[in-house]
Amino acid sequence: MNLADPIAIRVRGLTNRFGAQTVHEDLNLDVHNGEILGVVGGSGTGKSVLMRAIIGLKLPDAGEVEIFGEPIIGRSEAATVDLRKRWGVLFQGGALFSTLTVAENVQVPLREFYPSLGAQLLDDIAAYKVMMAGLPADAAPKFPSELSGGMKKRAGLARALALDPMLLFLDEPTAGLDPIGAAAFDDLTLSLKETLGLTVFLITHDLDTLYAICDRIAVLADGKVVGVGTIDELLALDHPWIREYFRGPRGRSAKATVDRNSKTGA
Amino acid sequence: MSGMADFTETSEGKGHLLALSGGLTLARMGDLPDRLETLSAPPTQIDLTAVDRIDTVGAWLLHRLAKETGARITGASEDALRLIAHVSTGARSIQLHATPLSPFFRVLDELGDATVTAWKTTLGLIGFFGGIGVAIWSLILHPSRFRVNAVIQRFELVGVRALAIVGLMSFLIGVVIAQQGAVQLAQFGAESLTVNLIGRLTTRELGVLMTAIMVAGRSGSAFAAQIGTMKLTEEIDAMRTIGVSPMEALVIPRVLAATLMMPLLAFYSMIVAMIGGGLFCWIALDLAPPIYIQRLGEVIPLTDLLVGLTKAPVFGAIIAVSGCFQGMQVEGSAEEVGLRTTAAVVQAIFLVIVLDAFFAVFFTAIGWT
Repeated sequence: MNLADPIAIRVRGLTNRFGAQTVHEDLNLDVHNGEILGVVGGSGTGKSVLMRAIIGLKLPDAGEVEIFGEPIIGRSEAATVDLRKRWGVLFQGGALFSTLTVAENVQVPLREFYPSLGAQLLDDIAAYKVMMAGLPADAAPKFPSELSGGMKKRAGLARALALDPMLLFLDEPTAGLDPIGAAAFDDLTLSLKETLGLTVFLITHDLDTLYAICDRIAVLADGKVVGVGTIDELLALDHPWIREYFRGPRGRSAKATVDRNSKTGA
Repeated sequence: MSGMADFTETSEGKGHLLALSGGLTLARMGDLPDRLETLSAPPTQIDLTAVDRIDTVGAWLLHRLAKETGARITGASEDALRLIAHVSTGARSIQLHATPLSPFFRVLDELGDATVTAWKTTLGLIGFFGGIGVAIWSLILHPSRFRVNAVIQRFELVGVRALAIVGLMSFLIGVVIAQQGAVQLAQFGAESLTVNLIGRLTTRELGVLMTAIMVAGRSGSAFAAQIGTMKLTEEIDAMRTIGVSPMEALVIPRVLAATLMMPLLAFYSMIVAMIGGGLFCWIALDLAPPIYIQRLGEVIPLTDLLVGLTKAPVFGAIIAVSGCFQGMQVEGSAEEVGLRTTAAVVQAIFLVIVLDAFFAVFFTAIGWT
């Protein structure tokens, strides 16, 4: 595993098909170490499929995926386990185990990979992960069905962070959250990235998130990555979908907010 | 790659130096947490100069040790200081597990819970029956709202698809009754009465009862799981907002299908069980099929068949109502769907057997013996 490699995730020639429908055709993408990469695209352009292919949940029809220089595809399950410790995944709905409490959910990966950890240390770790994810203190002994949507996402994030991953996959983390909750989640992602040195692969539709925390943005369209870069670099590409996306009414208002904040120094 | 986490202790005068080395990360921690518990003396200084990697777990251990012993942390890299500061902000002792009750109170608590649940279920079930009555009445008033296609589709799922398994089960039960009956009756030299046993037992009791148990397991559980899942995915709420009554769209077709299919399945089950028994009589007792059929005709009174077929639709309705009722009670999580499905089957079979006992007393009282 080459940690000095500036590229955390390298995707080359990825092709995904469902029956006759082609989702990705010869897709290339690099995610740099220590950045937050936002992935955007219209509905059905295969953002989630791309994430599933990268983390090995979906076997692509063609192409290569490397994480920290190690190929993912065609790897034995035993060899993948070691890599799995290095990433955490937050699914759209949180995907918490419904029969376990939040604290127990956080402890699942720890128990799985490090069975020798003592009960006291496990509890300590779960406690600070729960606090780190911004959950209230009384959420830890609760079951997922007792939590609101935003709290489920935070609990899912706590579980994704359980193993101190270097790579974090977030699938629409702010979807379904109120604007205050979404902004708080953005701040949390940014502060975690800065303190823990995370690389974040972030799928989102939220223009505010893109403006606020993403270092670079990858745009998926027509089965390919049609552009990667900052928003200004993307606009310079003059791709019709990108223009409409960022220049549309929502894109303009999100940009206005950012401009206003930067003027007032916030 | 860094080595495993390790430490050395040195005492100088009053001070006690703890020098950590290697990778202070979850993967390289080994038994370090346990060994830190058994230090020879509480450290006054913790040196991190030889630590090459650290994560939040390592930072947490250092933070805890420093807080417990009041030791100074020296030689920490920028990363380490940042992580220690980060975990210390979240480091409040919070309650992770619900406080367990003492066994005495837990038994009382569970007993109380079970009583309340049983009472609520009874009320809910009665209310559900009422709801079905109201839905049927409104369908009678507006017959155009009746969903013929949904009912026909349920006919297939509840009735036609069950033929194979009900047939197999009934055939085997017929064989078992004949075989066990013949053995016992042989002690009195009354093997010929085996035919009476098969004929009356299958028509009066076992045909309908075993079919009811099979339908409860096949269809009652399916009703609960389908409706429960629809409840979880808010499909039922969506129906209500569109103005479709879930009672009319989901419950009535299922109850109707089960009520109408049960007598047919029960009758089929009786016939197949008698065929199974007859086969055994033919092979083991040398009773030729024409004579067997003729004897069946002589020993089974019409009332036996009526008893069986009167019970069947009632059982069918009970099974469907239990399934739909439990499905409608699902709330919260996927686990609940499983619990409610189990409850639906248990409740259905329990109610069927209780009612069967009442029917037995009733039919005897009116002289259908």
